[in-house]
Order: sequence, then structure tokens, then C-alpha cells
Amino acid sequence: MDKEALIASLKTIVKPYIQDENAFNNLNENTDFIADLKINSANLVDIILDVEDMYDIEIDNDAMEKMLTVKAAMKIINTKLNEQQ
Amino acid sequence: MKTKQRVVITGLGVVAPNAVGIPNFSKAIKAGVSGISFRQELKDLNFSCCIGGIPPVTDKQVSQYLSPLQLRNFNSSGILYGCMAGMEAWNNAGLDISSHSPLDLDSGTVFGVATSGVEKFRESIYKIDDKNVKRLGSTVVLQTMTSGITAYLGGILGLGNQVTTNSSACTTGTEAIIMGMERIQLGKAKRMLVGSCSDHGAYLWGGFDAMRVITYKHNQSPEQGSRPMSATASGFVPGSGAGALVLESLESALQRGATIYAEVLGGNVNSGGQRDGGTMTAPNAKAVQRCIIDAMEDAKINPSEIDVINGHLTATTKDPDEIKNWAEALNRKGSDFPYINSLKSMIGHCLAASGAIESVATVLQLKEGFIFPSINSEDVHETIKTIIDPAKIPQQVIYKNISVAAKASFGFGDVNGCVIFKNY
Repeated sequence: MDKEALIASLKTIVKPYIQDENAFNNLNENTDFIADLKINSANLVDIILDVEDMYDIEIDNDAMEKMLTVKAAMKIINTKLNEQQ
Repeated sequence: MKTKQRVVITGLGVVAPNAVGIPNFSKAIKAGVSGISFRQELKDLNFSCCIGGIPPVTDKQVSQYLSPLQLRNFNSSGILYGCMAGMEAWNNAGLDISSHSPLDLDSGTVFGVATSGVEKFRESIYKIDDKNVKRLGSTVVLQTMTSGITAYLGGILGLGNQVTTNSSACTTGTEAIIMGMERIQLGKAKRMLVGSCSDHGAYLWGGFDAMRVITYKHNQSPEQGSRPMSATASGFVPGSGAGALVLESLESALQRGATIYAEVLGGNVNSGGQRDGGTMTAPNAKAVQRCIIDAMEDAKINPSEIDVINGHLTATTKDPDEIKNWAEALNRKGSDFPYINSLKSMIGHCLAASGAIESVATVLQLKEGFIFPSINSEDVHETIKTIIDPAKIPQQVIYKNISVAAKASFGFGDVNGCVIFKNY
């Protein structure tokens, strides 16, 4: 999936959970969900569920643990999408 | 021994079937407005009783209290009502609500509930049985744990004192007030947000429908369904909502220049131990009377000083027994008996929330000088007539300054609570 499109769709997914408006506006590949966006760590599981719904993929526990940054999330989503093709 | 701190009420909040928010609630209870309506969803599920009391909360009101994030995957009506009432009471007491407020070590909460997040729990059970536990999301525990309401309120208000949930069936709300009062009296907290809340709906009310303790005779006449003290009472009407009170040491209230609604003079909780006529569902009369007598003693008042009683009075066959217990505990009968009313006549039995919502109504009577009507009691029960003068059951609002009011609640498990309020 195209990088810019992926970042844009991730942005809509994380929007309800972010607590740092500035970091959100500057969201890029290196953005960390907890350190930068100040997302409550408990909400990471909700983000995973929203990602699963949006891309119709299933994210296993191992992948889930790694999904802490935008870059990691993009990598995992792309891997899962490619597996399905 | 240190002298007890005096405890006053500096804030009120309410989400009731007949009104949301204190100004509307005050108007509704003076006018005798019923909040009971026909519920098609109960009829569709083959309930015998298809009427109930659900607060008329709008999405706009909800968004004034909870953020879009808090409302994400949220499905716990009791916690919603409790947060709204608790936050209204806090604002009403002149206290700030801000997510950036510093930790408040002097303030805590005792906010009671019987069952939390029944609908959320049902949703989760379906997912789990479908082998989809992974997809429950992050808030199932928070919405279904008994102390969910105090977990929400504690964080919203930044409370640093005791934060706990009590549970004693339909006595819950009254017990919460007494627990908060005692903590302030002992000097362990300056302010306690106290109250209780209850979910609405089929999954909470079904058990009562199965017990045949709720009325099935008023599906065509919902507003006449809840008939405490009436000869034609045929069971209670289930309700829901929340009531909240900010209790505060008199010293702290005076220092802040806070509005004082009333003083909490004292109270008592006890149990009949399911002995001497008491059972899991019926009260031991001796224990009920003992509870009222001990509450008066704790408040240091004589029975003759009580101007008005807000009874438990649910509209079951137990109402005459309750009147008898009050008459014997107070040793007052006929026209010497205080005024007595039941808010359940307008809002039904809000179960765990009842004690708190009804206490809010009691305190408003003291502050604003009125006695609300006990509607649907135009045909007073014959046994009640032999104990008290029916004129003591107001059919219309009475505007009158009152000094001392008693509120009692009784619950399954044979538990009792009685609290005494005085105008300040």
C-alpha cells in the first residue's frame, strides 16, 4: 500500500486516542504512539482492533507487541496485506 | 476523643427518569411528573411488566460530560448516569473539573452500585462464546467491574482520598451517604462525593420480572403504575439513574463560602439477619425499627422533631408494614405522624440508585421549603389509614419550611439504612 495513503488512514484510526494535538499534526513515520502522541497504553489494543477492521487483517500477539510506532504499524499492515494476496 | 466534624451538603446532582439535572428535577418533583413510560423492548422480550423509568438523557447532554474517547465502545448506562450526576454535584458545589487539576488528597468518593455494565457484559459474553475474546477492547473490565463508577469519577475529578464503591442492594445509595458522612466526621476527609447509580434495561430488570415483584397491571397506563401506599398497588416499577451529593465538613464549606443545602445530622445502617420474620427479600421489622431509632440517636434528635419522611415505599404489599415500622419507631400515629412521601411514585424503584436520588429530593425539600406529592396514592391502603392520617400523604405539593427530614432505604439481604437531614 502507498506510504502516504497508509499514514493518512492510520491518522484517522489513532485520532480518537491521541492526547497530544501537536505531535498528531506532525505525525510521520517516526512518531511513537505512547511517547509522542501520549496515547494511554491500554488503548493500544483498541487501535489494533480498529486496524484489523479497517484493513480486514488479523494481527497476532507477537505483531501486536511490536506495533508501538507508525513505522512498525505500517510494516506489519503491509506484511499482512501481502500475505493475503 | 476529638469532637466529630459536622457534615453539610454543598452540591447535588441527579439523573432521574422524570428529569435530568437539579433545576429540572426540582420542578418535576414539585409538579408530580411521572417518568414512567411503556417500553416496547420489554414487550418484545415477553416481559410481564412492560413499563419502566429511564432518564431522558440526550446525546448533547452526554457529550457535555464524557469525551468521545470515553464514549468509544461505551455501553454502561449506570456509569454514564453516575458520571453525569457526580460531575453535576461537583460543579454545583463550586468545585472545578479539569483533567489538569492537581491531585486532591482531601476529597474522595463512596459511590454505590448493585450491578455494573450489564449490557457491556452481555456484549462481551457473546464475543467470548464466539471465540473472539481478543476483540473485547480495553474497557470491558472498567465498565463491568463493580467499582467502575468510582474508577471513572475518581479520575475525572482527581480524587486522592478514599475512592470506593459500596453495594447493599436497594440500601446502597443511603449507605453511601452514611459512609461518606462518617469519614468526614472522623476527620479523614474534607469532602466526599457520595451517591449511587443503576443501569436500565431488560438484563437488569429480568430477574425482578421473574420474581413477579414488579407490576404487570399498568402496561396500558404507565404513569399510574407506581403506586406506593395505594390500595391498588400491585408491585414496583423498575427504574434507573443516579443521584449524587457532595458532603463536606462544615469547617471546609464555611472556609470556601460554599452554598450549604442541608446538614447531615446522622444516620445508621444495620441488618435484620434474615431472622424474626426477615428473609432474603423481606425485612425483619424489629431491625427496621432499630435502624430508624439508632439513626435518630446518632443525629441527636427526638422523634417529635421529624417533619417529613421520604420512605422506601416501593408499591408492593410491604408498604403497610413499613408505615407500621415508622409509626412504632417514632411512637407517632394518626395526625401526629409526620408528612410522608415516596419519590418512587414518580420515578419507580431505581434499585441501587434509589437511596441517592431520593436523598437528593429530600435535601431539595429542606433547601427550597416544600414537600413533594406522593402521586398515585389517592386511594390510600386501608391498613395504612388505620395507622396514620391520610392527610399526611401529600397529593399536591405543599410549600412549607421544614426543619428535619428522614430518609430510609431497605434492601434484599435484609439490610437497612436511615439518614437524618436538617436544614442549615
